[in-house]
Amino acid sequence: MSSPAAPEVHSRPMTKPRPGVLRKLAQRPLALIGLVIVVLVVAGALLAPWLTKFGPDEQMFDGLTLSGEPLPPNATFWLGTDLLGRDLFTRILYGARTSLIIGIVANGIALLIGTLVGVVAGYYRGWLGSVLMRFTDLMMAFPALLLAICLAAVFQPSLWIVALVIALVNWVQTARVMFTQTSSLAEREFIDAERTIGASSARILFMHILPHLIPTIIVWGTLGISTTVLLEATLSYLGIGVQPPTPSWGNIIFENQTYFQAAPWLVFFPGIAILALALAFNLIGDALRDILDPTQRGRS
Amino acid sequence: MSQVESNKLSGAAAPDSNSVGPVLSVSGVTIAVRTEDGVREVVSDLSFELGRGETLCIAGESGSGKSMTSLAIMGLLPEPAAFIKSGSIRLGDQDLASLSESRMRRIRGNRVAMIFQEPMTSLNPVLSIGRQLIEAIETHTSLSRSAARAKAIEALKAVRIPDAEGRLKQYPHELSGGMRQRVMIAMALALKPDVLIADEPTTALDVTVQGEVLELLRDLQRENGTSVILITHDMGVVAEMADRVIIMRHGRMVEEGRAADIFARPQADYTRELLAAVPRIGGGREAVSAPPLTPPDKGEGDSSRDANAPVASVRDLHVRFDLHGGFFGRVDRRVHAVEGVNFAIASNETLSLVGESGCGKSTTAKAIAGLVPYTGNISIGGRDLVGLGRDDRKAVRRDVQMIFQDPFASLDPRMRVGDLVAEPLVIHGIGNRQERQDRVAALFERVGLSADQMERYPHEFSGGQRQRICIARALALRPKLIIADESVSALDVSVQARVLGLLKDLQREFGVAYLFISHDMAVVENISDRVAVMYLGQIVEMGTRDQIFSNPRHPYTRRLIEAVPIPDPARRRERFARLEAEIPSPVRRLGDEPTKLRLQDMGGGHLVAA
Repeated sequence: MSSPAAPEVHSRPMTKPRPGVLRKLAQRPLALIGLVIVVLVVAGALLAPWLTKFGPDEQMFDGLTLSGEPLPPNATFWLGTDLLGRDLFTRILYGARTSLIIGIVANGIALLIGTLVGVVAGYYRGWLGSVLMRFTDLMMAFPALLLAICLAAVFQPSLWIVALVIALVNWVQTARVMFTQTSSLAEREFIDAERTIGASSARILFMHILPHLIPTIIVWGTLGISTTVLLEATLSYLGIGVQPPTPSWGNIIFENQTYFQAAPWLVFFPGIAILALALAFNLIGDALRDILDPTQRGRS
Repeated sequence: MSQVESNKLSGAAAPDSNSVGPVLSVSGVTIAVRTEDGVREVVSDLSFELGRGETLCIAGESGSGKSMTSLAIMGLLPEPAAFIKSGSIRLGDQDLASLSESRMRRIRGNRVAMIFQEPMTSLNPVLSIGRQLIEAIETHTSLSRSAARAKAIEALKAVRIPDAEGRLKQYPHELSGGMRQRVMIAMALALKPDVLIADEPTTALDVTVQGEVLELLRDLQRENGTSVILITHDMGVVAEMADRVIIMRHGRMVEEGRAADIFARPQADYTRELLAAVPRIGGGREAVSAPPLTPPDKGEGDSSRDANAPVASVRDLHVRFDLHGGFFGRVDRRVHAVEGVNFAIASNETLSLVGESGCGKSTTAKAIAGLVPYTGNISIGGRDLVGLGRDDRKAVRRDVQMIFQDPFASLDPRMRVGDLVAEPLVIHGIGNRQERQDRVAALFERVGLSADQMERYPHEFSGGQRQRICIARALALRPKLIIADESVSALDVSVQARVLGLLKDLQREFGVAYLFISHDMAVVENISDRVAVMYLGQIVEMGTRDQIFSNPRHPYTRRLIEAVPIPDPARRRERFARLEAEIPSPVRRLGDEPTKLRLQDMGGGHLVAA
């Protein structure tokens, strides 16, 4: 009766392809600042051997005054030297490697565990979901630092153990967020529609739920990096993180805190580095959240 | 009786309807929206006047700009994204378009009030309705708390809410949809505004409740002399309510006139099209699409099966949902969604399940599609689903596909539509990539889309086109039964008519059976071979289309048919069929089993509950 080819009114025009996420990031001043800081830190960490003529553990005779005091920032030692006559700038550059490795590895593991737990609990619900989420709540209620200290005390501290410890502490928030997202996705009608065409649970999870979670995963990934870097600094500061002589921003502060009055630069510069990197990732994460959230689209 | 009561309570406020000049005059209003592609006009140069005590219906399909117009009058345009580009909106001697937000706030609710489509979202769920009503009154008057409270009770009585005083303490979720919409009307009319804007006020309500709300609006308007702008897509509601009608399309006024004239002598082509597309009850099914009495010759693979065996049969179907309560969270109540439903569908046949929200029609559909657990027997193509292994079950399920209500929600927004239509083939391992591609392209052409649209994403299509995609997807596996759950309810009437036409064409071509689920009696009459009426989880009447619509036996069926607004102002009703009481809840305590209805055959397969 009706000609099926008849055009339907109000069809939407083809939308233009979206400009890349990176370009959108660069358009936001705050996110751009974050990007610049991250690029500088990454470059500094990678190019450390070429950026400085000193070694990270190298104790210089002229790095100390004759009476054995560390030097404040000067032309040779740009950020001054520490109590053992090592160049602080060099140590901060090499320390960036530790911080970034922890930030990426520990955070990656945390993200993986969190997503897995959250998605499985959110999709299957039932007793499995309940058990997983109650365990997550338990972990959340447990003081993260105390847990990290306990774990670090059991294992012999090393860079990788520290990364693992941080991951085991940090997955809970991700799991919570993934759980809520997945359970609301699972209620959507298109999931029912998938079931009626005979799609298996695995297919629904990987083809129809995970793709929707990618923006959240990216955002939590970037936000998590800053938390991770801070936690590593805290653990190292407490002496249960990365062990000397390997430099990390946290243990540089830890080693030198008692001399804060006499040599403030030894605490000040690594502190600034931690602050800047954490802030940078936060700025990027915030901007990504806004850019990738479709409900925010079209707002200025 | 309630009529007398509300008359008395609303006082002698009815102003002289002969007073001069329009209450509201809109002249040359253009509303624009800022989009990524620049500023776009959504309403262009719209002018109309609203007289005192008059009901003006603004009718049109989605995207016609009718809601934008109402928001502009209320000063509720989502600025700065949308704004009034030019023109004036005069209420009395004030230009609303140029008022500041703070001055506008004093007019809103006080002199111009609005009720929205969805009463649940327009009421604050965490405040009692009494508090919301009293606050609304206090904001605009200097009445004391107790005087405001008295006024609130009076307002609730005026909208015929029983036990008004007790209701003040209730929260929105404790009320039914019809009751909530009445509370909204009470709130809107409590301050006796000059103009009431009702934006699709009955679209979310069941048809029997719709009649009551419309009648209530009409009575209150007559008593208070309020001018009403009624925005709707439903020409039946227009015919029932309007003094004058404005037909809008793409932001422009297409036609304006008295309701009787518009329906009897539409001038514009678009109005004629719109009226022609409206499904009418009593119109029957066009002779051209009458199904052949014998099923058509089936092609490959079907020879083994008895042609007369039903495609699907449902015996003693029960679906109950446990509700947990009490301190230990034990099951203490159950929702008796479906209670012993029996029916069978033959190939090439359309069986419609009708009923109001909560009657279990969608749950029945979901049980057959395997989306909710059930007890009882469902057999498809002669094979009982009980006792089948996972793979067998999947194979049998292939024969049943489903089209959902909301084409915006039932397609994964992150997949290309071509992949979505091909997905059932992938899942059931049919064909190689190229064969699937060809088959999907053919399906696209068949449902009236073009094959080069396969690379696009769902959001690039209109509602009707998306529903066509869903149909293509349902057809991909060549099922024997397609369940259409309110599949055309969300579509504009003209699109609805085309999609219904497509469904009928496909039935003739493929011999597929439909289980058609709808609340819209006119649509049901148009498409069905047989109809089953559901009430509280049970079938109260079942028969052929003619048996149900020409000779309804059960009182509920009659009420359902009578409540449908007829798109003809000449047949306007003074009184709608009214419910004696609200439909009881399907939630029951453990052990409190509902009584089973027994169906009697009145002859010719016309089953009616005794």
